[in-house]
Amino acid sequence: MSGQTFPADFSGHMLDLDEDDDLEVFSKNTSLADSSPMPNSPSSMVNQYRPEEEEEEEEQLQQQQGANDKDIFITVDNPESHVTAIETFIMYRVETKTTRGEYDSSEYEVLRRYQDFVWLRSKLEETHPTLIVHPLPEKFVMKGMVERFNNDFIETRRKALHRFLNKISEHPILSYSQHFKVFLTAQELLSHKKQGPGFLSRMGETVRAVANSVRGLRSRPEEFSLMQEYVEDFSNKIYSVDKVTQRIIKEQREYLDELKQYSPTYAQWAESEEELAEPLNGVASCVERCSKESDEQIHHMSEVLVPALHEYVLCTETLKAVMRRRDNIQAEFEAKNVALASRRADQESLQDEVDGLADRVELANNALRGDWSRWQNGMRSDLKSAFLSTAEKNVDYYEQCLAVWESFLLSQRVEPGEQRDGEDEPLPTHPIID
Amino acid sequence: MADCGSNEEVAVIFNTDITSTESENNLINTMVEIGATLLRKMEINVTEAEKRTGKNTVNMQETYTVYLIETRSAETVPEGGTPTTPDTLWRRYSEFELLRTYLLVTYPYIIIPPLPEKRAEFVWHKMSADNLDPDFVERRRVGLENFLLRVASHPVLSNDKIFFLFLTEEKEWREVVLETGFQDKVDSRLKSLSAMFRVKNPDKRFTALKHYSDELNSVISQLLRVRAKVADRLYGVYKVHGNYGRVFSEWSAIEKEMGDGLQSAGHHMDTFAASIDDILEEEEHYADQLKEYLFYAEAVRSVCRKHELIQYELEMVAQDLVSKKQQKEELATGTVRVFSLKGMTSKLFGQESQEQRESRLAALEQSTREGEETLKERNTECQEFVRTAWEDIGRFKEQKDRDLREALISYAIMQISMCKKTKGEDDRSAEARTELSI
Repeated sequence: MSGQTFPADFSGHMLDLDEDDDLEVFSKNTSLADSSPMPNSPSSMVNQYRPEEEEEEEEQLQQQQGANDKDIFITVDNPESHVTAIETFIMYRVETKTTRGEYDSSEYEVLRRYQDFVWLRSKLEETHPTLIVHPLPEKFVMKGMVERFNNDFIETRRKALHRFLNKISEHPILSYSQHFKVFLTAQELLSHKKQGPGFLSRMGETVRAVANSVRGLRSRPEEFSLMQEYVEDFSNKIYSVDKVTQRIIKEQREYLDELKQYSPTYAQWAESEEELAEPLNGVASCVERCSKESDEQIHHMSEVLVPALHEYVLCTETLKAVMRRRDNIQAEFEAKNVALASRRADQESLQDEVDGLADRVELANNALRGDWSRWQNGMRSDLKSAFLSTAEKNVDYYEQCLAVWESFLLSQRVEPGEQRDGEDEPLPTHPIID
Repeated sequence: MADCGSNEEVAVIFNTDITSTESENNLINTMVEIGATLLRKMEINVTEAEKRTGKNTVNMQETYTVYLIETRSAETVPEGGTPTTPDTLWRRYSEFELLRTYLLVTYPYIIIPPLPEKRAEFVWHKMSADNLDPDFVERRRVGLENFLLRVASHPVLSNDKIFFLFLTEEKEWREVVLETGFQDKVDSRLKSLSAMFRVKNPDKRFTALKHYSDELNSVISQLLRVRAKVADRLYGVYKVHGNYGRVFSEWSAIEKEMGDGLQSAGHHMDTFAASIDDILEEEEHYADQLKEYLFYAEAVRSVCRKHELIQYELEMVAQDLVSKKQQKEELATGTVRVFSLKGMTSKLFGQESQEQRESRLAALEQSTREGEETLKERNTECQEFVRTAWEDIGRFKEQKDRDLREALISYAIMQISMCKKTKGEDDRSAEARTELSI
């Protein structure tokens, strides 16, 4: 009855902890030259680079960061299956309560499906290419994350969609987006989805810009290079933490399955004993209660820590996309600038174009800069609260188990009538009991 | 040899000049003295283990481990005095086995304490199954000491001279043991124990006890199997937490505000992950305690089997006597109820002469009388066996209940201390995480 190797990765990604390789480095080596805190963090650099005159966006950002009073409350609930001729899908109820002036009413209730959320998000990204828009839950689920596809999956998704809308509503700029309002209020979303002639042409532009950026970017300002580096590093770390967490849950579940074998065995033993029956049953019940506590601990981790980590894993894709878009905007400007230098004709109109693009770069950079520090704060706060909650639950778990075993001890010590007087000889010095 | 004074009880054992038959008689005499166990007079420890190489019986090199047995007079040391230096000798596992086999044969009605396992069983993946592994050797050392203490505190076994010599006489002991001739008994007993035989009137108490020993064996085996699996899994859980430690440390390097909090969270994860080794080592003690009673269950079963054998032999003798009596009767009355070759041949070849009949009758008379004597002896033997066995079984039951209850209590204490330790870590970890706030 000997060793089992740990099962290999369960979701198609890299984490593979063999028994001998449990010290395996599973993240890319992203060590910085020195591990001491950097003198110039992105946020401190933001402070250095902030221009004198404050843009409209920045003003709003500062206002919103101070203000904690919410004037809009959104819930996503009541997932229901809808069946049509072509497909079956889930509809979620989105309920909004608000005191904002822009809204005609103070309460709204609409039905939305996942596709609608996707539409909203893409519109927000389109309109604000260098703002960090919170990610949506994935369309498909990697195997192993949720056991029963239907109920747990839908519930997990519902919670994530709820969080998504709330994150948008907390964003100083995005929450005032017209698309957002439409999403929350329009009974019929389809007509709105088809609007916007700029949609396709914007897509075309982006494609060209991507092509440009592959060759074009002259010099990225250092603050954004640092940001890029951080995003790379953070993305590795958060990905790893997410994986480790899921692995822990898996291992704990397997541990719990084995632990549950104890209780019936002790109980069975108790049946063939007389004096020993009582302590044996005591131990059986203790193990059972500890198992229940462990169950709850695992459940809590799955409900609190896993979604929080997973969200930030998805965030890293968003961050990378935002950085790419910023680069593209800069590349486009630089390309046109080069064209301006070489061409003789159309100097004036080209100059206008170049100026426009230059402004665009400025705006994009400022937007990102501001949103970056906002995002970092949010990330720290979210993850901190998730970790704290997990840690507290862990402490709780150990306290419960402690109490369980202590009560067993009490039951044994207090037991009267221990027959020690019938013996002539002292107990052998049992080396193990000592 | 340690001198324990001129205590009357002990004088007998110390006298090595007596012949073997005399010593056997003395053994029978001293068995009556309940309560005068060796442990009162002698401190016994198995203190060390060492590797040796040597040639074995087939003249091949082998490596084996020897264990150092220290014995010391249990007299209280006068104030300010130094404790007496112990007498020591080295023994290897096979010698312990020889001792135990001797005891099994010599005291068939006693539940002989078991030795620690020969090979590591119920291992979980990190534990080595290698007999030369230092952890295994260490646990075996403890187990061997425990065995000696069990024997030395047994009211009957502790007075055995061979046992005493085992503790005191390194070189000659093997010869002395073999001279007792117990090996012959081993062969015949072993054959009987493995043979299938049916007892006509089984003793209900022994049947129940055998059933109990089977239950105990099965349930403790199951418990040990589960434990091995649980240990495996728990090890996995803790080790994966070690990965947290690694990631948090790396992550702390890229964060400014969160850096310190992540760093200390990482450290706590590492400490947590490392703590599993101690936890599982402590649990190993509990497993060893269970194992001892797993093997005790076998010893109990063996006593039951020996009783069955005696019972069976008794029944055979009784049956034999009945058949002889019937033959006698037939011969006297002339009726043939039982088949005998003589009867058959006399039918075929004619009646035998009066002389022949009378001589046969006389022979049967003699045989019957001898049979009756044998029956009486066997009966007494059986009753004596039953009496002494049940005495020891009663003693064993009390010991078992005591020991296992203590084991369960110390298991609970272990769980509590583990919770406290981990919770302590977790408390600090939670604090560290609050440092994540700016």
